[in-house]
Amino acid sequence: MSYYFAMIGTRDNPIYEAELGTFKQGGDGTPKFSAEMKELNPFIIHSSLDIVEDLQWATNSLYLKIIDNYYGYYVSAYVTPTNIKFMLLHENKNEENIKQFFIEVNDLYLKTLLNPFYSVNDPIKSTMFDSKIKLLTKKYL
Amino acid sequence: MSKAVRTAADEIWKNRVEKINVELFTLTYGSVVSQLCRDLNNNYCEVNKQLEIMGENIGVRLIEDFLARTGAGRCNSFKETGEIISKVGFKIFLNIVPQVTNWTDNGKQFSLVFDENPLAEFVELPDDGKAVKELWYSNVLCGVLKGALQMVQLDVDVSFVSDVLRGHDQTEIKLRLIRYLKDEIPAGED
Repeated sequence: MSYYFAMIGTRDNPIYEAELGTFKQGGDGTPKFSAEMKELNPFIIHSSLDIVEDLQWATNSLYLKIIDNYYGYYVSAYVTPTNIKFMLLHENKNEENIKQFFIEVNDLYLKTLLNPFYSVNDPIKSTMFDSKIKLLTKKYL
Repeated sequence: MSKAVRTAADEIWKNRVEKINVELFTLTYGSVVSQLCRDLNNNYCEVNKQLEIMGENIGVRLIEDFLARTGAGRCNSFKETGEIISKVGFKIFLNIVPQVTNWTDNGKQFSLVFDENPLAEFVELPDDGKAVKELWYSNVLCGVLKGALQMVQLDVDVSFVSDVLRGHDQTEIKLRLIRYLKDEIPAGED
């Protein structure tokens, strides 16, 4: 099972992206997207952003659940109170876990934001952040 | 001395110190450092220098506060100074007690090793390849120590040896006693 995760800043600029592999269902933790999908991933996420902007004002919760699908792939979204969007492309419906994943990523993002050398909408380049995302993937996805 | 001193410091920390929220404190210091870096175009050596000067300005005032709160008398040796800095000074102002280690044989140099550093919580140095080699993020501490000790007639060289922010195993500040300053009598007064 493979996931594509992206964080989008307030100006619709990408600040973080990663292809994530699952360890569940016999996965070995490496993403297995085909070459075409690898290229398509960012576009699918990008095209879903409009839907997020429509939906985010219609609900009080930060987690918007599955908002879009694309030939068997689903897109889930989460919007932080400061309008940073977390987008996840996935193959299976697994609402509860994805919600937990988003919430923990939000925590992680918050810690990044508290770093005085990081300002809003900067790309996140920290390797620490990267490895923590991988840990969360292992835990929830 | 150590036990009595420690309980006294505990008591001061608990009852006689105004406390502020740690995030507020950390973020305030963080924005000072990051603004300095921006103002000085990431010339980290210069940032270190400015932080030390700021620290000295804090230190020369802070020592007065420290003496008033603790009523500490003059130390008999530099060794005692080290203990007081760690167990009372850092305790009452930052609520941390760095280890005092690495004494040289002549008793004129030691290190403070920090298990935690409230200044550097959440911080990751910028990854421009330069910061991890040049910037001492918490250099204000060196200035504070230097400024404070100078006011009690100790000329001390204070510098960072290592910092976990740079990927080292521990955060260590080295203090080296240069000389005891003599009270100087202004010229023309007998």
